[in-house]
Amino acid sequence: MQYSDEVMDHFTNPRNVGSLDEKAADVGTGTFGSPACGDVLKLQIRVDSQGLITEARFKTFGCGSAIASSSLLTEKITGKTLAQALELSNKEIARELQLPPIKVHCSVMAEEALKSAIADYQAKNPRLSDGDF
Amino acid sequence: MTRKFETKTETNNEVIHSRVSGNRQVPSRSVYLDNAATTAVDPAVLEAMLPYFCKRFGNAASIHHDFGCQAQQAVQKARGQVAVLINADPGEIIFTSGATESNNLAIKGPAEKLRDKGTHIITCSIEHKAVLDSCKYLETRGFEVTYLPVDSLGMLDLAQLEEAITEKTLLISIMAANNEIGTINPIAEIGAIANQHKVLFHCDATQAVGKIPIDVQGCGIDLLSLSAHKIYGPKGIGALFIRRGRPGNRPAPQMHGGGHEKGYRSGTLNVPAIVGLGKACELCGANMVREGERLGKLSQKLLRLISENIDHIRINGHLENRLGNLLNMTFEFVEGEGVMLAMPDVAVSSGSACTSATLEPSYVLRAMGVSDELAHGSLRFSLGRFNTEQEIDRAAQSVIRAVKKMRDLSPLYESAIKQD
Repeated sequence: MQYSDEVMDHFTNPRNVGSLDEKAADVGTGTFGSPACGDVLKLQIRVDSQGLITEARFKTFGCGSAIASSSLLTEKITGKTLAQALELSNKEIARELQLPPIKVHCSVMAEEALKSAIADYQAKNPRLSDGDF
Repeated sequence: MTRKFETKTETNNEVIHSRVSGNRQVPSRSVYLDNAATTAVDPAVLEAMLPYFCKRFGNAASIHHDFGCQAQQAVQKARGQVAVLINADPGEIIFTSGATESNNLAIKGPAEKLRDKGTHIITCSIEHKAVLDSCKYLETRGFEVTYLPVDSLGMLDLAQLEEAITEKTLLISIMAANNEIGTINPIAEIGAIANQHKVLFHCDATQAVGKIPIDVQGCGIDLLSLSAHKIYGPKGIGALFIRRGRPGNRPAPQMHGGGHEKGYRSGTLNVPAIVGLGKACELCGANMVREGERLGKLSQKLLRLISENIDHIRINGHLENRLGNLLNMTFEFVEGEGVMLAMPDVAVSSGSACTSATLEPSYVLRAMGVSDELAHGSLRFSLGRFNTEQEIDRAAQSVIRAVKKMRDLSPLYESAIKQD
């Protein structure tokens, strides 16, 4: 596979690999994909009392594009509010990584995992609504 | 004018080169373990071929002058070399552009010829696409095809094969050895069954020829496909063996235009490539036993080194009944393309969906009942003549490093070790 320098950078030096405590109240966990499909992204975010994502961690089962999309995602959302993070589209990730068309679905996986992680956080913290952040 | 044209061509080449070179250079100390995909041309093969480009360049059909005669003699010599390797008669070998074409001719040819006698073909679900797609094509033309299933080790059931034969069966097509998992089929037994029921037997022997002894006479094979580029010969040339003296074994040609190769395959012969194929066969015959033993030991070493350092691995396919140079393994909890990207100095291939143009995982593994998840984590290592023990040692280290790196990234491995 001919990948861009950006993909190779994120693949060789992935940012924010790891896990947070799923049970912690300030952590949202989202998993998207399935082993049968060859792509699974587990994304975790820590959100502070101001609604800012202070930490993002990922673990991914998947190809070079999947790893790179996950890594770039965590870079992009750290320091953002939940609302700002939700504005991130897969197209932005695909464009920055110059993903070939057949690999664009990896960026979709990133966007979906993010939505799932934010939803999980919000479910754990229902008193805080979207509008607050 | 000529100068301008040359400059433009150079510029185009530069443009093309800079677009495709990207950032993926073949690392200088790469280990090539993808010999089942293709092999490097043996220097002795190249040397044998070279005179036939610029010096002895005659058309092998132009036997009215020395240029042509020279070429024809070289072709005849190569025919003999191919025949010896499979215990055939030279007159039973015709040259094609490769095993894909040979397979097409071996399946469509009899179908067309024997349509009045029968419209049923039996093959196996894990055959090469050249066989499967030819069969699928025939299904659109009113033929009926039975795709025999395989068990979890990739082996077919001979009783099932025999049961599938009807009075309409015109052809059985079963490969000698599978290209993805290396399992070897009982072709002598299959030939006996086919002969007993008076059904033609085609064997795609592309992966097996030159590695294990193939005896078309002893095995009752009527049609056999082989290809040069799997046995250290050039790409773009192969052969089809057509057994003489078998009633009905005159496949209808798929290439018309001059009646070359006894009418079976028209087209000016690619003499240099044919010479190469002949030489490649000769070298395989001479080296088969020694090379087979050496590569068998090396692949065992590769397996040992990897399995001593990586847990949760599975071998795909029969452990003993397979080609000694081929190892198909699944590394659980990681995905094949990612692993390969993490070891750019080792060339292998994978059954992962991420490496296929259709985003489907390996159909061979699927047919064996391997789950898609495990198929995604599969890598095929196929050793060859030019691999050394040092290369195997280095490759093992790279594989171990790459798998560990991908496992560190994997949520599936994280869950698995929590449970262990």
